[in-house]
Amino acid sequence: MSQHAEPTSFAFHADSLKLVEKAIAKYPEGRQMSAVKTLLDIAQRQMEQDTGSAWLPRAAMDVVAACLGVAPIRVYEVATFYTMFNLEPVGKYHLQLCTTTPCWLRGSDDVVAACKKATGIKNFGETSADGMFTLKEVECLGACVNAPILQVNDDYFEDMDAARTTALIEDLKAGKPLPPAGSLAGRMSSAPAPGQTSLRSNPSAGE
Amino acid sequence: MAKLTIDGIEVEVPNGSTVIQAAEAAGIEIPRFCYHERLSVAGNCRMCLVEIEKMPPKPVASCGQPVADGMVVHTDSEMVRKGRRGVMEFLLINHPLDCPICDQGGECDLQDEAVAYGRDTSRYEDDKRSVAQPDWGPLVRTTMTRCIHCTRCVRFTTEVAGVAEIGGTFRGESTKISTYVEKALSSELSGNIIDLCPVGALTSKPYAFTARPWELRKTDSIDVLDALGSNIRIDARGAEVLRILPRINDDVNEEWLGDKSRFSVDGLKRRRLDRPWIRENGKLRAASWEEAFAAIAGKVKATAPQKLGALAGDLADVESMLALKEFFAAMGSKNIDCRVDGASFDASKRAFYLFNTTIAGIEDADALLIIGSNPRHEAPVLNARIRKHWLDGGFKIGVVGRAQNLTYEFDHVGDGPQALQALLDGTHPFADVLKAAARPMIILGAGALARPDGAAIHAAAWQLAARFNMLSTDWHGFNLLHHAAARVGALDLGFLPGEGAMDAKAMLSGGAEVLWLLGADAQAVRNIPAHSFVVYQGHHGDAGAARADVILPGAAYTEKDGTYVNTEGRVQQAYIAVKPPGDAREDWRILRAISAYLGHALPYDTLAQLRDHLRAQYPVFAEAFRRFAGTDATGPAGAAALGSGAFAPLLANYYQTDVISRSSPTMAACVATHYPVAEAAE
Repeated sequence: MSQHAEPTSFAFHADSLKLVEKAIAKYPEGRQMSAVKTLLDIAQRQMEQDTGSAWLPRAAMDVVAACLGVAPIRVYEVATFYTMFNLEPVGKYHLQLCTTTPCWLRGSDDVVAACKKATGIKNFGETSADGMFTLKEVECLGACVNAPILQVNDDYFEDMDAARTTALIEDLKAGKPLPPAGSLAGRMSSAPAPGQTSLRSNPSAGE
Repeated sequence: MAKLTIDGIEVEVPNGSTVIQAAEAAGIEIPRFCYHERLSVAGNCRMCLVEIEKMPPKPVASCGQPVADGMVVHTDSEMVRKGRRGVMEFLLINHPLDCPICDQGGECDLQDEAVAYGRDTSRYEDDKRSVAQPDWGPLVRTTMTRCIHCTRCVRFTTEVAGVAEIGGTFRGESTKISTYVEKALSSELSGNIIDLCPVGALTSKPYAFTARPWELRKTDSIDVLDALGSNIRIDARGAEVLRILPRINDDVNEEWLGDKSRFSVDGLKRRRLDRPWIRENGKLRAASWEEAFAAIAGKVKATAPQKLGALAGDLADVESMLALKEFFAAMGSKNIDCRVDGASFDASKRAFYLFNTTIAGIEDADALLIIGSNPRHEAPVLNARIRKHWLDGGFKIGVVGRAQNLTYEFDHVGDGPQALQALLDGTHPFADVLKAAARPMIILGAGALARPDGAAIHAAAWQLAARFNMLSTDWHGFNLLHHAAARVGALDLGFLPGEGAMDAKAMLSGGAEVLWLLGADAQAVRNIPAHSFVVYQGHHGDAGAARADVILPGAAYTEKDGTYVNTEGRVQQAYIAVKPPGDAREDWRILRAISAYLGHALPYDTLAQLRDHLRAQYPVFAEAFRRFAGTDATGPAGAAALGSGAFAPLLANYYQTDVISRSSPTMAACVATHYPVAEAAE
């Protein structure tokens, strides 16, 4: 674990609080703990807004525990279980790269190398020197049909290869916004890459 | 009831039982790591696999499988054995092979079961995982590399101890049982997770690398560091007590033990009085028994009997208190008292000073009013029982006194005795709770009786009990929670001032010219005026010994056969585990010897004779334990008005309350850890 400064306090903003109340209200009395993941997510997004880094300081987890009326350890258990919650500061762009079998078969090793080269990150889990990128290796992201997958913050970028990865990262470095999520090979969803193979004409149009 | 067959044995168990419980009822042992009968079912170790006919053809975890009528279970079929071997192999993948340097060795569940289900070699070629050793405070030593993630410690601290501080963090290979934020466990029951841990991940820090279990001599005994009378086992080697573990007694301590009772053992070896001492020219000098007796005899013979006084301390056994009482009676003195804390209340009936509901009876109550007591500190195991019943639901609790974290929710009724008046008048809403309850109970802290208005509080609490339906033929809801292990035994003996005689306060403030302290170490003894000649009979050099003119070295509770009566009036027997150090002797023998020296020989020469005499004089010691009926509603005398001051905590801290725990470096470390501010202020 890297050493990082933990903020001493955390408080939900007024607009976050509205979301918190809404999330808790979904569950019956005595079952507020069910809202824990939603609350952690709200806290992490607020941190992103405030500091540019989407992560959960301990103070934020304690605030979540207080909101739910549970012991802090119950919140730590959940936050440490899910890789989606970052317990240390991350870069502006959180690169989560799938290296599970289908992605690996489809060339995720090249994507890893490209990520490392373009960002200057040496190992998984590290943040680039400029603080822009954090690279993490994750298990199956569930979009194997368009493998390999690179998740940047909330968005999936699919059909990655070395060139597309480098281009994407260079664009981000240059200050461009994230492109629309989905396949970067230009295909629609998981339609066949060479183009449509069936339903090329409208059968109901008649002879 | 469900009838099922396990390995050909037919058993009938209540519906809702699990297969592992049914097997237990049939006398069949099923190996388990995570299952524990006093904790919730986790079902994550998978060691308790069994085969059940007409179920899907795979092994089933018996701890989480409810029984059904007509079930046929096999606990030793080929499928079961194969399943358990597989589980064991997985558990051992990451478990280190460090049994030779592990404190759990010899009493390790994993070690034992590996003998039955383990392979002789490992098929696993990769590196084993290793986990950091977090610091959980001065009592629990962690070696989390050995952890098999059974989560017993997590469930115990969350459910029984009521301090949710441990959890299962991270996941998969990285799973760690941890506090996440490293800290000392803040529970008074934390030592129990050492017993619960089925492997060597959690071991006792003070006892680390001290002994192997097969080297220890085990003696059944009774804990005296609070008034609960928890059943304990003393493990000793040679002349040394090495550790103390709880014994199972469902009526008293279930199978738990407070940290003070468990970890104060090192106090038994420090600051011990191992020879008589005499004060000469203001300084204590070592002396022989003969010299000490001569010094006492000289003084006693020169003093009128009305000026002789005796006080029994908090740790005294019944036998020595009986000997002391009869010794003083023989000399013609009625100045005896056991309430060194200065309490004065009507103890004329047994029901006035007992925990009448009984400890197990708490689970039958539906409302509780705690008055001037912090049971979490004064009797942590009893507090766990209250919490257990509170978790069951429908148990309303009110507190008069300081509002503190008691590990359960309560209504704070008030700070001082005026709240009792409000309840009696029905002006406080909690009165309606008590009124609506079918079996309400009151716990009155013994500390409240030491106040100047103690007798009035005692009477008011009894009035509350009478008013709110707590006294009936099948229920007695009036309870006095003592803190001193000796107190109920002393009250049963009538170790109280006779007609017109001096009480503890009068004796301590100079009324007694010769004052005999039987282990009486309250801070008040420091202020005994100089003209009193003080004989201190006890086992630790503390306040009493510092003030004494003659010191007679006695035996600690581990060093004598003794009878103790717990706060509910249960007469229990402790056995000698080791001999007292040096010239120290069992206390009743000292009193027998000095009585003969002074020409008033007590009528018993052996412990058996003493006990026969005890049972003949005080039949309560011969009776079997029973719960009192609350048919006699006559209250204790206490006409004085209630005071107005708030109830103050009886104990400044949980860990150091008596001579033994004050001598214990482990308890000192606990105080330094848990009361850092108080420590700095001193």
